[in-house]
Amino acid sequence: MIELKDINKSFEGNLITKGVSATFEKGKVTQIIGKSGSGKSVLIKCVIGLYAPDSGSILYDGQDYLELDNAARTEIRKKIGMLFQASALFDSMTVLENVMFPLTMFTDRSKSEMMDRANECLQKVKIIDKGHLYPAETSGGMQKRIAIARAIALEPEYLFADEPNSGLDPQTAIVIDNLLQEITQEYNTTTVVVTHDMNSVMEVADKIIFIHEGAKWWEGDRQSLIQTNNKELQEFVYASKFMKRLRETLIKGI
Amino acid sequence: MRQVLSKPERWRIYRVRIIIEMDKLGVSSIGLVVLLSIFMGAVICLQTATNLDNPLVPMSLVGYATRESIILELAPTMLSLILAGKVGSSIASELGTMRVTEQIDALDIMGVNSASYLILPKLISALIFFPFLIIISMCLGIFGGYLVSAGTGILDLQDYMDGIHMEFKVFHIYYALIKTLFFAAIITTVSAYYGYTVRGGSLAVGKNSTKGVVGSSILILIFNYLLTQILLI
Repeated sequence: MIELKDINKSFEGNLITKGVSATFEKGKVTQIIGKSGSGKSVLIKCVIGLYAPDSGSILYDGQDYLELDNAARTEIRKKIGMLFQASALFDSMTVLENVMFPLTMFTDRSKSEMMDRANECLQKVKIIDKGHLYPAETSGGMQKRIAIARAIALEPEYLFADEPNSGLDPQTAIVIDNLLQEITQEYNTTTVVVTHDMNSVMEVADKIIFIHEGAKWWEGDRQSLIQTNNKELQEFVYASKFMKRLRETLIKGI
Repeated sequence: MRQVLSKPERWRIYRVRIIIEMDKLGVSSIGLVVLLSIFMGAVICLQTATNLDNPLVPMSLVGYATRESIILELAPTMLSLILAGKVGSSIASELGTMRVTEQIDALDIMGVNSASYLILPKLISALIFFPFLIIISMCLGIFGGYLVSAGTGILDLQDYMDGIHMEFKVFHIYYALIKTLFFAAIITTVSAYYGYTVRGGSLAVGKNSTKGVVGSSILILIFNYLLTQILLI
Protein backbone atom coordinates (compact mmCIF):
# COMPACT_ATOMS: atom_id res chain seq x y z
CA MET A 1 0.00 0.00 0.00
CA ILE A 2 1.16 3.53 -0.77
CA GLU A 3 0.00 6.54 1.19
CA LEU A 4 0.50 10.14 0.11
CA LYS A 5 0.23 12.82 2.74
CA ASP A 6 -0.13 16.47 1.76
CA ILE A 7 2.17 16.39 -1.28
CA ASN A 8 3.16 19.79 -2.66
CA LYS A 9 5.39 20.32 -5.64
CA SER A 10 6.26 23.55 -7.41
CA PHE A 11 8.44 24.47 -10.35
CA GLU A 12 10.06 27.91 -10.36
CA GLY A 13 7.57 29.16 -7.79
CA ASN A 14 4.56 27.78 -9.66
CA LEU A 15 2.68 25.34 -7.44
CA ILE A 16 1.72 22.34 -9.60
CA THR A 17 0.70 19.76 -6.99
CA LYS A 18 -1.33 21.18 -4.13
CA GLY A 19 -1.57 19.25 -0.90
CA VAL A 20 -2.55 15.90 -2.41
CA SER A 21 -3.26 13.10 0.05
CA ALA A 22 -4.33 9.68 -1.19
CA THR A 23 -4.07 5.96 -0.55
CA PHE A 24 -3.26 3.38 -3.21
CA GLU A 25 -4.29 -0.06 -2.03
CA LYS A 26 -2.63 -3.41 -2.61
CA GLY A 27 -4.20 -5.64 -5.24
CA LYS A 28 -6.25 -2.78 -6.65
CA VAL A 29 -6.01 -0.52 -9.67
CA THR A 30 -6.21 3.16 -8.77
CA GLN A 31 -6.65 5.46 -11.73
CA ILE A 32 -5.71 9.12 -11.56
CA ILE A 33 -7.65 11.23 -14.02
CA GLY A 34 -7.65 14.91 -14.85
CA LYS A 35 -7.21 17.43 -17.63
CA SER A 36 -3.91 17.86 -19.44
CA GLY A 37 -1.68 20.06 -17.29
CA SER A 38 -3.64 19.34 -14.12
CA GLY A 39 -0.55 17.87 -12.42
CA LYS A 40 -1.27 14.13 -12.64
CA SER A 41 2.08 13.18 -14.17
CA VAL A 42 3.97 15.44 -11.75
CA LEU A 43 2.18 13.71 -8.88
CA ILE A 44 3.09 10.22 -10.11
CA LYS A 45 6.68 11.31 -10.74
CA CYS A 46 6.84 12.52 -7.14
CA VAL A 47 5.52 9.16 -5.96
CA ILE A 48 8.12 7.15 -7.89
CA GLY A 49 10.93 9.45 -6.83
CA LEU A 50 11.72 11.20 -10.10
CA TYR A 51 10.75 14.54 -8.55
CA ALA A 52 11.36 15.51 -4.94
CA PRO A 53 8.19 17.05 -3.46
CA ASP A 54 8.52 20.41 -1.68
CA SER A 55 6.66 18.97 1.29
CA GLY A 56 4.59 16.01 2.38
CA SER A 57 5.35 12.34 2.81
CA ILE A 58 5.12 9.22 0.65
CA LEU A 59 4.74 5.99 2.59
CA TYR A 60 5.55 2.70 0.87
CA ASP A 61 4.09 0.07 3.20
CA GLY A 62 4.70 2.41 6.13
CA GLN A 63 8.25 3.48 5.11
CA ASP A 64 8.54 7.19 4.37
CA TYR A 65 10.36 7.21 1.03
CA LEU A 66 11.50 10.81 1.43
CA GLU A 67 13.16 10.08 4.77
CA LEU A 68 15.10 7.06 3.52
CA ASP A 69 18.77 7.04 2.54
CA ASN A 70 19.82 6.21 -1.02
CA ALA A 71 20.38 2.51 -0.35
CA ALA A 72 16.91 2.07 1.16
CA ARG A 73 15.34 4.05 -1.68
CA THR A 74 17.06 1.81 -4.20
CA GLU A 75 15.58 -1.23 -2.43
CA ILE A 76 12.10 0.26 -2.82
CA ARG A 77 12.75 1.18 -6.45
CA LYS A 78 13.62 -2.43 -7.19
CA LYS A 79 10.05 -3.28 -6.20
CA ILE A 80 8.59 -0.72 -8.61
CA GLY A 81 7.49 -1.49 -12.15
CA MET A 82 6.85 1.52 -14.34
CA LEU A 83 5.16 1.83 -17.68
CA PHE A 84 5.98 5.15 -19.33
CA GLN A 85 3.80 7.03 -21.78
CA ALA A 86 6.36 6.55 -24.57
CA SER A 87 7.29 3.07 -23.28
CA ALA A 88 10.93 4.14 -22.62
CA LEU A 89 12.38 0.92 -23.98
CA PHE A 90 16.15 0.85 -24.42
CA ASP A 91 16.54 1.21 -28.15
CA SER A 92 20.05 -0.26 -28.22
CA MET A 93 18.72 -3.58 -26.86
CA THR A 94 16.46 -6.21 -28.41
CA VAL A 95 13.02 -6.86 -26.98
CA LEU A 96 14.34 -9.88 -25.06
CA GLU A 97 17.33 -7.94 -23.69
CA ASN A 98 14.99 -5.15 -22.58
CA VAL A 99 12.91 -7.58 -20.56
CA MET A 100 16.02 -9.31 -19.21
CA PHE A 101 17.61 -6.00 -18.18
CA PRO A 102 16.19 -5.72 -14.62
CA LEU A 103 17.00 -9.39 -14.04
CA THR A 104 20.59 -8.83 -15.18
CA MET A 105 20.98 -5.82 -12.94
CA PHE A 106 19.38 -7.13 -9.78
CA THR A 107 19.43 -10.90 -9.69
CA ASP A 108 22.12 -13.57 -9.63
CA ARG A 109 20.24 -15.90 -11.95
CA SER A 110 22.08 -17.68 -14.74
CA LYS A 111 21.63 -16.45 -18.29
CA SER A 112 19.30 -19.32 -19.18
CA GLU A 113 17.16 -18.68 -16.08
CA MET A 114 16.94 -15.01 -16.99
CA MET A 115 15.97 -15.86 -20.55
CA ASP A 116 13.31 -18.24 -19.29
CA ARG A 117 11.84 -15.58 -17.03
CA ALA A 118 11.98 -12.94 -19.80
CA ASN A 119 10.26 -15.31 -22.21
CA GLU A 120 7.64 -16.08 -19.56
CA CYS A 121 6.94 -12.33 -19.26
CA LEU A 122 6.79 -11.95 -23.04
CA GLN A 123 4.44 -14.92 -23.16
CA LYS A 124 2.21 -13.19 -20.63
CA VAL A 125 1.92 -10.12 -22.86
CA LYS A 126 1.56 -12.39 -25.93
CA ILE A 127 4.62 -11.33 -27.93
CA ILE A 128 6.84 -14.33 -27.36
CA ASP A 129 7.96 -14.43 -31.01
CA LYS A 130 9.25 -10.83 -31.08
CA GLY A 131 12.17 -11.21 -28.69
CA HIS A 132 14.80 -10.82 -31.40
CA LEU A 133 13.45 -7.50 -32.71
CA TYR A 134 14.58 -4.03 -31.65
CA PRO A 135 11.90 -1.76 -30.14
CA ALA A 136 11.97 0.50 -33.20
CA GLU A 137 10.92 -2.50 -35.30
CA THR A 138 7.71 -3.02 -33.31
CA SER A 139 4.39 -1.16 -33.23
CA GLY A 140 3.26 1.26 -30.51
CA GLY A 141 0.94 -1.34 -28.98
CA MET A 142 3.70 -3.93 -28.92
CA GLN A 143 6.08 -1.47 -27.31
CA LYS A 144 3.59 -0.94 -24.49
CA ARG A 145 3.35 -4.69 -24.02
CA ILE A 146 7.12 -5.06 -24.02
CA ALA A 147 7.30 -2.29 -21.42
CA ILE A 148 4.76 -4.20 -19.31
CA ALA A 149 6.82 -7.37 -19.68
CA ARG A 150 9.93 -5.48 -18.52
CA ALA A 151 8.00 -3.90 -15.64
CA ILE A 152 6.84 -7.28 -14.32
CA ALA A 153 10.13 -9.16 -14.83
CA LEU A 154 11.08 -8.73 -11.16
CA GLU A 155 7.51 -9.38 -9.94
CA PRO A 156 7.00 -5.82 -8.67
CA GLU A 157 5.01 -4.91 -5.59
CA TYR A 158 4.10 -1.51 -7.00
CA LEU A 159 3.13 -0.91 -10.61
CA PHE A 160 2.78 2.56 -12.13
CA ALA A 161 1.58 3.46 -15.61
CA ASP A 162 1.61 6.92 -17.14
CA GLU A 163 -0.97 7.21 -19.93
CA PRO A 164 -0.61 3.54 -20.95
CA ASN A 165 -3.26 3.88 -23.67
CA SER A 166 -2.10 7.08 -25.33
CA GLY A 167 -1.72 6.68 -29.07
CA LEU A 168 -3.33 3.24 -29.13
CA ASP A 169 -6.44 2.08 -30.96
CA PRO A 170 -9.41 1.12 -28.73
CA GLN A 171 -8.87 -2.63 -29.12
CA THR A 172 -5.17 -2.48 -28.22
CA ALA A 173 -6.02 -0.12 -25.35
CA ILE A 174 -8.37 -2.76 -23.96
CA VAL A 175 -5.63 -5.39 -24.23
CA ILE A 176 -3.29 -3.12 -22.21
CA ASP A 177 -6.01 -2.41 -19.62
CA ASN A 178 -6.75 -6.10 -19.21
CA LEU A 179 -3.05 -6.89 -18.83
CA LEU A 180 -2.68 -4.29 -16.09
CA GLN A 181 -5.71 -5.71 -14.30
CA GLU A 182 -4.48 -9.30 -14.63
CA ILE A 183 -1.02 -8.40 -13.34
CA THR A 184 -2.50 -6.51 -10.41
CA GLN A 185 -4.48 -9.57 -9.40
CA GLU A 186 -1.77 -12.15 -10.13
CA TYR A 187 1.09 -10.37 -8.36
CA ASN A 188 -1.16 -8.54 -5.85
CA THR A 189 0.49 -5.26 -6.83
CA THR A 190 -0.43 -1.76 -5.81
CA THR A 191 -1.25 -0.40 -9.26
CA VAL A 192 -1.54 3.30 -10.07
CA VAL A 193 -2.50 4.42 -13.56
CA VAL A 194 -2.56 8.00 -14.82
CA THR A 195 -4.96 8.25 -17.72
CA HIS A 196 -7.28 10.37 -19.86
CA ASP A 197 -8.98 7.32 -21.24
CA MET A 198 -12.46 7.08 -19.75
CA ASN A 199 -13.02 3.67 -21.38
CA SER A 200 -10.07 2.41 -19.38
CA VAL A 201 -11.41 4.02 -16.20
CA MET A 202 -14.82 2.42 -16.62
CA GLU A 203 -13.23 -0.91 -17.50
CA VAL A 204 -10.60 -1.55 -14.82
CA ALA A 205 -10.51 1.15 -12.13
CA ASP A 206 -11.13 -0.07 -8.59
CA LYS A 207 -10.63 3.46 -7.36
CA ILE A 208 -10.60 6.79 -9.19
CA ILE A 209 -8.90 10.00 -8.12
CA PHE A 210 -9.70 13.21 -10.00
CA ILE A 211 -6.99 15.86 -10.00
CA HIS A 212 -8.09 19.40 -10.81
CA GLU A 213 -5.69 22.35 -10.92
CA GLY A 214 -3.12 20.35 -8.97
CA ALA A 215 -5.41 19.39 -6.09
CA LYS A 216 -7.30 16.18 -5.35
CA TRP A 217 -10.81 17.20 -6.29
CA TRP A 218 -12.72 13.96 -6.03
CA GLU A 219 -12.22 10.31 -5.10
CA GLY A 220 -14.49 7.32 -5.53
CA ASP A 221 -15.31 4.18 -7.48
CA ARG A 222 -16.83 3.64 -10.93
CA GLN A 223 -20.38 3.64 -9.64
CA SER A 224 -20.01 6.91 -7.80
CA LEU A 225 -18.29 8.44 -10.85
CA ILE A 226 -21.46 7.85 -12.86
CA GLN A 227 -23.64 9.39 -10.20
CA THR A 228 -21.42 12.28 -9.18
CA ASN A 229 -22.68 15.84 -9.22
CA ASN A 230 -19.22 17.31 -8.91
CA LYS A 231 -19.25 20.04 -11.58
CA GLU A 232 -15.56 19.93 -12.61
CA LEU A 233 -15.53 16.15 -12.71
CA GLN A 234 -18.70 16.05 -14.80
CA GLU A 235 -17.20 18.55 -17.22
CA PHE A 236 -14.13 16.35 -17.57
CA VAL A 237 -15.79 12.94 -17.78
CA TYR A 238 -18.80 13.91 -19.82
CA ALA A 239 -17.10 16.34 -22.15
CA SER A 240 -18.48 14.59 -25.26
CA LYS A 241 -22.15 14.32 -26.23
CA PHE A 242 -21.74 10.54 -26.43
CA MET A 243 -20.60 10.32 -22.80
CA LYS A 244 -23.42 12.64 -21.68
CA ARG A 245 -25.98 10.38 -23.36
CA LEU A 246 -24.29 7.31 -21.89
CA ARG A 247 -24.55 8.79 -18.40
CA GLU A 248 -28.24 9.55 -18.83
CA THR A 249 -28.83 5.97 -20.00
CA LEU A 250 -26.86 4.52 -17.11
CA ILE A 251 -28.64 6.64 -14.51
CA LYS A 252 -32.00 5.64 -15.96
CA GLY A 253 -30.88 2.02 -15.77
CA ILE A 254 -29.93 2.42 -12.11
CA MET B 1 30.34 13.54 -11.18
CA ARG B 2 30.11 11.91 -7.75
CA GLN B 3 27.23 9.79 -9.07
CA VAL B 4 29.25 8.79 -12.15
CA LEU B 5 32.24 7.71 -10.10
CA SER B 6 30.27 5.93 -7.39
CA LYS B 7 30.81 2.18 -7.00
CA PRO B 8 29.08 0.30 -9.84
CA GLU B 9 26.25 -2.06 -8.90
CA ARG B 10 27.63 -4.93 -10.98
CA TRP B 11 31.14 -4.91 -12.36
CA ARG B 12 30.30 -7.83 -14.66
CA ILE B 13 27.78 -5.70 -16.54
CA TYR B 14 30.10 -2.70 -16.57
CA ARG B 15 32.88 -4.80 -18.11
CA VAL B 16 30.59 -5.76 -20.97
CA ARG B 17 29.50 -2.15 -21.39
CA ILE B 18 33.12 -0.95 -21.44
CA ILE B 19 33.87 -3.32 -24.32
CA ILE B 20 30.76 -2.16 -26.19
CA GLU B 21 31.73 1.49 -25.64
CA MET B 22 35.31 0.82 -26.78
CA ASP B 23 33.87 -0.48 -30.02
CA LYS B 24 31.44 2.44 -30.38
CA LEU B 25 33.80 5.25 -29.40
CA GLY B 26 37.21 3.86 -30.29
CA VAL B 27 37.18 1.10 -32.89
CA SER B 28 34.64 2.94 -35.02
CA SER B 29 36.98 5.96 -35.08
CA ILE B 30 40.02 4.05 -36.39
CA GLY B 31 39.15 4.67 -40.06
CA LEU B 32 38.90 8.41 -39.50
CA VAL B 33 42.12 8.44 -37.48
CA VAL B 34 44.00 6.51 -40.18
CA LEU B 35 42.84 8.83 -42.95
CA LEU B 36 43.44 12.04 -41.04
CA SER B 37 46.83 11.04 -39.70
CA ILE B 38 48.30 10.00 -43.04
CA PHE B 39 47.18 13.24 -44.67
CA MET B 40 48.29 15.35 -41.70
CA GLY B 41 51.78 13.84 -41.84
CA ALA B 42 51.92 14.17 -45.62
CA VAL B 43 50.91 17.83 -45.58
CA ILE B 44 53.31 18.75 -42.76
CA CYS B 45 56.16 17.06 -44.59
CA LEU B 46 55.23 18.75 -47.87
CA GLN B 47 54.86 22.21 -46.33
CA THR B 48 58.10 22.00 -44.35
CA ALA B 49 60.05 20.70 -47.34
CA THR B 50 58.80 23.45 -49.66
CA ASN B 51 59.63 26.13 -47.09
CA LEU B 52 63.17 24.92 -46.37
CA ASP B 53 64.95 26.39 -49.36
CA ASN B 54 68.14 27.51 -47.55
CA PRO B 55 71.00 25.25 -48.70
CA LEU B 56 72.64 25.64 -45.28
CA VAL B 57 69.72 24.01 -43.50
CA PRO B 58 69.88 20.21 -43.69
CA MET B 59 66.82 18.56 -45.30
CA SER B 60 66.74 16.05 -42.47
CA LEU B 61 65.04 18.82 -40.49
CA VAL B 62 61.92 18.11 -42.53
CA GLY B 63 61.65 14.66 -40.95
CA TYR B 64 62.45 16.11 -37.54
CA ALA B 65 59.82 18.87 -37.86
CA THR B 66 57.23 16.40 -39.11
CA ARG B 67 57.87 14.03 -36.22
CA GLU B 68 57.83 16.75 -33.57
CA SER B 69 54.71 18.44 -34.97
CA ILE B 70 52.85 15.17 -35.07
CA ILE B 71 53.92 13.80 -31.71
CA LEU B 72 53.69 17.03 -29.73
CA GLU B 73 50.63 18.65 -31.20
CA LEU B 74 48.85 17.23 -34.21
CA ALA B 75 48.24 13.69 -33.01
CA PRO B 76 47.14 14.43 -29.44
CA THR B 77 45.49 17.85 -29.82
CA MET B 78 44.24 18.07 -33.38
CA LEU B 79 42.94 14.53 -33.31
CA SER B 80 41.28 15.06 -29.92
CA LEU B 81 39.52 18.13 -31.32
CA ILE B 82 38.26 16.01 -34.20
CA LEU B 83 37.23 13.24 -31.80
CA ALA B 84 35.44 15.85 -29.70
CA GLY B 85 33.28 16.44 -32.76
CA LYS B 86 32.72 12.81 -33.65
CA VAL B 87 32.64 11.06 -30.28
CA GLY B 88 31.44 14.04 -28.23
CA SER B 89 28.39 14.70 -30.37
CA SER B 90 27.62 10.99 -30.43
CA ILE B 91 27.73 10.77 -26.62
CA ALA B 92 25.68 13.94 -26.08
CA SER B 93 23.02 13.02 -28.61
CA GLU B 94 22.77 9.41 -27.37
CA LEU B 95 22.29 10.46 -23.75
CA GLY B 96 20.08 13.41 -24.72
CA THR B 97 17.78 11.16 -26.72
CA MET B 98 17.67 8.70 -23.83
CA ARG B 99 16.71 11.56 -21.53
CA VAL B 100 13.88 12.94 -23.66
CA THR B 101 12.48 9.47 -24.36
CA GLU B 102 12.47 8.76 -20.60
CA GLN B 103 14.94 5.87 -20.91
CA ILE B 104 17.12 7.47 -18.23
CA ASP B 105 14.05 7.89 -15.99
CA ALA B 106 13.31 4.21 -16.55
CA LEU B 107 16.81 3.30 -15.33
CA ASP B 108 16.45 5.56 -12.28
CA ILE B 109 13.10 4.06 -11.35
CA MET B 110 14.51 0.56 -11.57
CA GLY B 111 17.05 1.61 -8.96
CA VAL B 112 19.96 1.72 -11.41
CA ASN B 113 22.46 4.56 -10.94
CA SER B 114 21.87 5.86 -14.46
CA ALA B 115 24.75 8.36 -14.45
CA SER B 116 27.24 5.69 -13.50
CA TYR B 117 25.72 3.00 -15.73
CA LEU B 118 25.69 5.20 -18.81
CA ILE B 119 28.71 7.48 -18.38
CA LEU B 120 31.38 5.54 -16.46
CA PRO B 121 31.87 2.87 -19.19
CA LYS B 122 32.25 5.64 -21.79
CA LEU B 123 34.82 7.43 -19.63
CA ILE B 124 36.82 4.26 -18.93
CA SER B 125 36.75 3.09 -22.54
CA ALA B 126 37.87 6.52 -23.80
CA LEU B 127 40.70 6.58 -21.25
CA ILE B 128 41.83 3.15 -22.39
CA PHE B 129 41.30 3.47 -26.12
CA PHE B 130 42.12 7.09 -27.01
CA PRO B 131 45.86 6.68 -26.21
CA PHE B 132 45.91 3.76 -28.70
CA LEU B 133 44.28 5.97 -31.32
CA ILE B 134 46.88 8.67 -30.70
CA ILE B 135 49.76 6.18 -30.99
CA ILE B 136 48.27 4.92 -34.26
CA SER B 137 47.98 8.54 -35.38
CA MET B 138 51.62 9.27 -34.53
CA CYS B 139 52.87 6.25 -36.49
CA LEU B 140 50.64 6.93 -39.48
CA GLY B 141 51.42 10.65 -39.48
CA ILE B 142 55.12 9.89 -39.74
CA PHE B 143 54.28 7.27 -42.37
CA GLY B 144 52.34 9.95 -44.31
CA GLY B 145 55.49 12.07 -44.44
CA TYR B 146 57.44 9.01 -45.57
CA LEU B 147 54.96 8.43 -48.41
CA VAL B 148 55.36 12.03 -49.57
CA SER B 149 59.15 11.75 -49.46
CA ALA B 150 59.11 8.50 -51.37
CA GLY B 151 56.35 9.46 -53.77
CA THR B 152 57.14 13.04 -54.73
CA GLY B 153 60.92 13.09 -54.44
CA ILE B 154 60.66 16.51 -52.77
CA LEU B 155 63.34 15.31 -50.38
CA ASP B 156 65.64 12.35 -50.12
CA LEU B 157 64.11 9.43 -48.23
CA GLN B 158 67.31 8.99 -46.22
CA ASP B 159 67.16 12.66 -45.13
CA TYR B 160 63.57 12.15 -43.98
CA MET B 161 64.47 9.03 -42.01
CA ASP B 162 67.52 10.74 -40.48
CA GLY B 163 65.24 13.55 -39.33
CA ILE B 164 62.78 11.10 -37.83
CA HIS B 165 65.60 9.59 -35.72
CA MET B 166 67.16 12.94 -34.81
CA GLU B 167 67.22 13.85 -31.08
CA PHE B 168 64.25 11.66 -30.24
CA LYS B 169 62.94 12.21 -26.71
CA VAL B 170 60.77 9.47 -25.26
CA PHE B 171 59.28 11.99 -22.83
CA HIS B 172 57.52 13.67 -25.75
CA ILE B 173 55.51 10.48 -26.25
CA TYR B 174 54.58 10.45 -22.55
CA TYR B 175 53.69 14.12 -22.78
CA ALA B 176 51.36 13.41 -25.72
CA LEU B 177 49.77 10.47 -23.92
CA ILE B 178 49.23 12.45 -20.72
CA LYS B 179 47.53 15.16 -22.77
CA THR B 180 45.42 12.52 -24.49
CA LEU B 181 44.20 11.14 -21.17
CA PHE B 182 43.08 14.60 -20.10
CA PHE B 183 41.42 15.21 -23.45
CA ALA B 184 39.65 11.83 -23.36
CA ALA B 185 38.24 12.68 -19.93
CA ILE B 186 37.18 16.13 -21.12
CA ILE B 187 35.44 14.85 -24.26
CA THR B 188 33.46 12.15 -22.48
CA THR B 189 32.51 14.03 -19.31
CA VAL B 190 31.61 17.36 -20.93
CA SER B 191 29.57 15.78 -23.73
CA ALA B 192 27.95 13.33 -21.31
CA TYR B 193 27.04 16.21 -18.97
CA TYR B 194 25.31 18.12 -21.76
CA GLY B 195 23.56 14.99 -23.00
CA TYR B 196 22.49 13.76 -19.57
CA THR B 197 21.04 17.13 -18.54
CA VAL B 198 18.94 17.77 -21.65
CA ARG B 199 15.52 19.21 -20.86
CA GLY B 200 12.88 19.41 -23.55
CA GLY B 201 12.63 17.67 -26.92
CA SER B 202 14.71 16.87 -29.97
CA LEU B 203 15.65 20.53 -30.49
CA ALA B 204 17.23 20.60 -27.04
CA VAL B 205 19.15 17.40 -27.87
CA GLY B 206 20.67 19.09 -30.92
CA LYS B 207 21.50 22.26 -28.99
CA ASN B 208 23.11 20.39 -26.11
CA SER B 209 25.02 18.18 -28.50
CA THR B 210 26.55 21.30 -30.07
CA LYS B 211 27.24 22.75 -26.62
CA GLY B 212 29.01 19.52 -25.69
CA VAL B 213 31.30 19.68 -28.72
CA VAL B 214 32.04 23.40 -28.32
CA GLY B 215 32.57 23.09 -24.57
CA SER B 216 34.92 20.14 -24.83
CA SER B 217 36.86 21.77 -27.71
CA ILE B 218 37.42 24.95 -25.69
CA LEU B 219 38.50 22.95 -22.64
CA ILE B 220 40.88 20.90 -24.79
CA LEU B 221 42.54 24.09 -26.03
CA ILE B 222 42.84 25.52 -22.51
CA PHE B 223 44.18 22.27 -21.06
CA ASN B 224 46.55 21.91 -24.00
CA TYR B 225 48.13 25.22 -23.05
CA LEU B 226 48.19 24.48 -19.32
CA LEU B 227 49.63 20.98 -19.72
CA THR B 228 52.28 22.21 -22.13
CA GLN B 229 53.30 24.88 -19.65
CA ILE B 230 53.41 22.37 -16.80
CA LEU B 231 55.05 19.44 -18.60
CA LEU B 232 57.40 21.01 -21.13
CA ILE B 233 58.59 24.22 -19.53
